[in-house]
Amino acid sequence: MAGNIRLEVVTPEASVVSEDAQIVVAPGILGEFGVLIGHTPFLTTLKLGAIRYKTADGVEKQVFISSGFAEALPDKVTVLAESAERRRDIDVERVKQAIKRAQERLASKKPDINYERARAALARALHRLKLAETRR
Amino acid sequence: MATLKEVETKIGAVKKTKQITKAMNMVATSKLRGAQQKMDAFRPYALKFAEVLGSLAEKAGEEASPLLIPREEVKKIHVILCTSDRGLCAGFNTHLTSMAQKFAKEKSEQNIEVVFTAFGKKGRNWCRKNGFPILGEHLGIVGAKFGFNIASVSGQKAVDGFLDEEYDEVYIIYSEFISMARQTPEMQQLLPILPIESGEKKAEDEETPYLAEHICEPSTNELLGDMLPRHVYVQLYGALLETSTSEHAARMTAMDNATKACDDMVESLSLAYNKARQAGITAALMDIVGGAEALKG
Repeated sequence: MAGNIRLEVVTPEASVVSEDAQIVVAPGILGEFGVLIGHTPFLTTLKLGAIRYKTADGVEKQVFISSGFAEALPDKVTVLAESAERRRDIDVERVKQAIKRAQERLASKKPDINYERARAALARALHRLKLAETRR
Repeated sequence: MATLKEVETKIGAVKKTKQITKAMNMVATSKLRGAQQKMDAFRPYALKFAEVLGSLAEKAGEEASPLLIPREEVKKIHVILCTSDRGLCAGFNTHLTSMAQKFAKEKSEQNIEVVFTAFGKKGRNWCRKNGFPILGEHLGIVGAKFGFNIASVSGQKAVDGFLDEEYDEVYIIYSEFISMARQTPEMQQLLPILPIESGEKKAEDEETPYLAEHICEPSTNELLGDMLPRHVYVQLYGALLETSTSEHAARMTAMDNATKACDDMVESLSLAYNKARQAGITAALMDIVGGAEALKG
């Protein structure tokens, strides 16, 4: 394959990744999709999950994202996520605490809690943990 | 004429005040730097978001989302008022609340109910004092560290309330950070979302004509429907960042002025002190000379 494609992952708080990649695989709402250089302009919503990409020198990397969307252009993929974390930045202890917290909240059955949010938080945390535990 | 001792005490007090204002100035300076960095970090996201949204909005119709449709009759308006938690920043909060006051007055004359969500203690206190109903209050956010989730949670609430027809319009009042020396209160309509401008896009379109030919997944309208609530969060987050930065800048300037005023006061008090001291010495000398003369005689 000729050339690399630019991958940018930005969140409102920081720019997480800005790197050249051979291939980028992202979890689209209608299914996972891969992007190589020369891709047709494409816009999609993203699901909770991981963006996988192979850097210019062939290292495979992963970034956890919670909902957002991606724009693919022939020479560039831009991911706008509400939050994003590179795999090596995931703090396993914190994630475990988040899981515990969310589970407690779901189990507590108090009327004043937001189940929707607690469930979303739990899903996010579990995903992060899964990602962090795949080979380091 | 004040006595020597009184003036001395006053000078000491003013000097202490100066130490405090100077320290507050320095704290505000460093916090301002942090806030500006956050604004810089947010800019790429905001720009990209606006770009994508603009190109989508050109293609999609008004029916894409109920958030785009203006209500025929506006009965109730929800205002999100961003102010700081703390004072000592000159007219910063007053500017914001007087804007809110003007707006609320205007609307209540048209028989429209106005409710508030307050970010910041000053704004909340103002609402309470003036008897405006408060839907929600968020303290300890403006001017402190906060993440995007704050904006998305309260943005979500605003969107939900709008969809449930609890209110018919949502506005936000915040302070725009123009420069270190200038922060102006601004008001923006959040909901219903105003037609998204593509004015800026035109110049860009020449370079990137393919933007108009995106393949969209799921569909253009669904994608837009998904992005519009986020557009509200993005605007809210941006407004909160602007307000925070403005607060620190306003406090920095206010404290700088206060420090200077302290200097001036110390100067004029020192003058008074020296005059009083001189007068005292002169009087003492007169006494001595007088006494000596008397002994001679």
